[in-house]
Amino acid sequence: MLPEFLLRGWLAGMAVAAVAGPLGCFVVWRRMAYFGDTLAHSALLGVTLGILLEIDLVLAVAVTSVVIALLVVLMQQQQKLASDTLLGILAHSGIAIGLVLLGLLGSIRVDLLGYLFGDILAVRWQDVIMTVVGGIVVLAVLWHHWSMLIFATLHEEMARAEGAPVMRLQVVLMLMIALVIAAAMNLVGILLITSMLIIPPAAARQLTTTPETMAGMAALIGGLAVTIGLAFSWHVDTPAGASIVVSALALFLGCQAIGPLVARRQRC
Amino acid sequence: MTETLVAVESVSMRLGGHLALDHVDLTVDRGEIVSLIGPNGAGKSTLVKLVLGILEPTEGRIHRAPGLTFSYMPQRLAIDPTLPLAVGRFLDLPVRHQRAAKAAALALVGASGLERRAMQALSGGEFQRVLLARALLRDPALLVLDEPAQGVDHLGQAEFFNLIDRIRRERGCGVLIVSHDLHLVMAATDRVVCLNRHVCCSGTPETMGDDPAYRALFGPKAADAVAIYRHRHDHAHGLSGDIDQAHAEHGHEHGHHHPERERA
Repeated sequence: MLPEFLLRGWLAGMAVAAVAGPLGCFVVWRRMAYFGDTLAHSALLGVTLGILLEIDLVLAVAVTSVVIALLVVLMQQQQKLASDTLLGILAHSGIAIGLVLLGLLGSIRVDLLGYLFGDILAVRWQDVIMTVVGGIVVLAVLWHHWSMLIFATLHEEMARAEGAPVMRLQVVLMLMIALVIAAAMNLVGILLITSMLIIPPAAARQLTTTPETMAGMAALIGGLAVTIGLAFSWHVDTPAGASIVVSALALFLGCQAIGPLVARRQRC
Repeated sequence: MTETLVAVESVSMRLGGHLALDHVDLTVDRGEIVSLIGPNGAGKSTLVKLVLGILEPTEGRIHRAPGLTFSYMPQRLAIDPTLPLAVGRFLDLPVRHQRAAKAAALALVGASGLERRAMQALSGGEFQRVLLARALLRDPALLVLDEPAQGVDHLGQAEFFNLIDRIRRERGCGVLIVSHDLHLVMAATDRVVCLNRHVCCSGTPETMGDDPAYRALFGPKAADAVAIYRHRHDHAHGLSGDIDQAHAEHGHEHGHHHPERERA
């Protein structure tokens, strides 16, 4: 029999993969990888604040990521600093402030490695339920805005001229990414989260010819990576989060290899 | 009776502390093609964004006909190679259309049968036509084209402007074309507005080349190009109604001995 913690981790991982695949497509199309990293890094600040205020850590990370995402939107309105400079400042300040605060807490023992690289034992049933319910909500929102988001991705001003609420779409997208990061933190860890958003869509691109199939395929590949990664981790006793990312990478390389064959058949 | 679609009234625009537009007036009527020309940095794109409502003017007012629908063809549209997007799906952005409607739009712009082709695999001319097809699917009352001739050869440009002219006649929509180049937009334009932060001159294409303000802004060389074009255009029309490369070259050579040019 499989131990219960493995089942919890797998369920949470599947829910994360189902959302991270389609959402990650936008991260790839819009070149937002660095934005994802920034939110992920500042999750450590969320963890520290959660410990300080004695609230649920997943909730604390979700709230912190959402606040940082809104801060990014706000700061991007000014034209003085380039976006990536801004994100660099926020990413590393987040992680540094988190570490300093943790140091100040002193006596409280914190499993820093667990947060940075994931700790499957930390995934509780309530996290699984929150991830599944949150995942369904995020997918519904994404589905609702799907075409408009693609349109705004192509050309912001063209979309704006034709009445698309570009600003609102951007905020919604960023908030959804923030929530995925909070949900994935325990399983894959702060430093590895963005890979769940990027590697499956990148792998799926090789095999697909429409935005919709790419999103679906990315979710599938993500789910496969979680399953293979956890199975490997269980049998060979490797860290779960890193094993998932390595599996995703292996799938990506596999897709790169068979991509040209598929493309020849589809002619697109 | 002419119906004004958009009227820009004494609009000024300050961008980052510098005056991008200074008391500019511009109208586009139904069924009219207006070309907005001017050198780089003249504020053409800013004015277009104001017309489209993407920007709000610092000063002045913009009237739009009630319920005005417009389509905008941007100057450049770089589609990330990671986004798998066929022409048929692109035409469905942001709202889906029936297969027959999409085929008809592609046929109208002379790009039939491209539905399954990836957007990234289109040539410059095909891409431009597909962009136009998508714009037309919205059935716009006002069509706004920002530097539509980029990345297309001269023959393609001439064909494209003939196409715009035909669409305007068939659909009766207003068209606002932005260009940095007067002789490109000559063929179909009703009215040319020359912008250099303020409107420095406006009129029909035939009179623009001789306008002192136009000559001052673009230099005599560009003004001569207009004269050559006008000459070439007359010839091509007389023969086939179309402008082909042979005529263009003939016209160019001939232009050196043209009395109009010597006068200029």
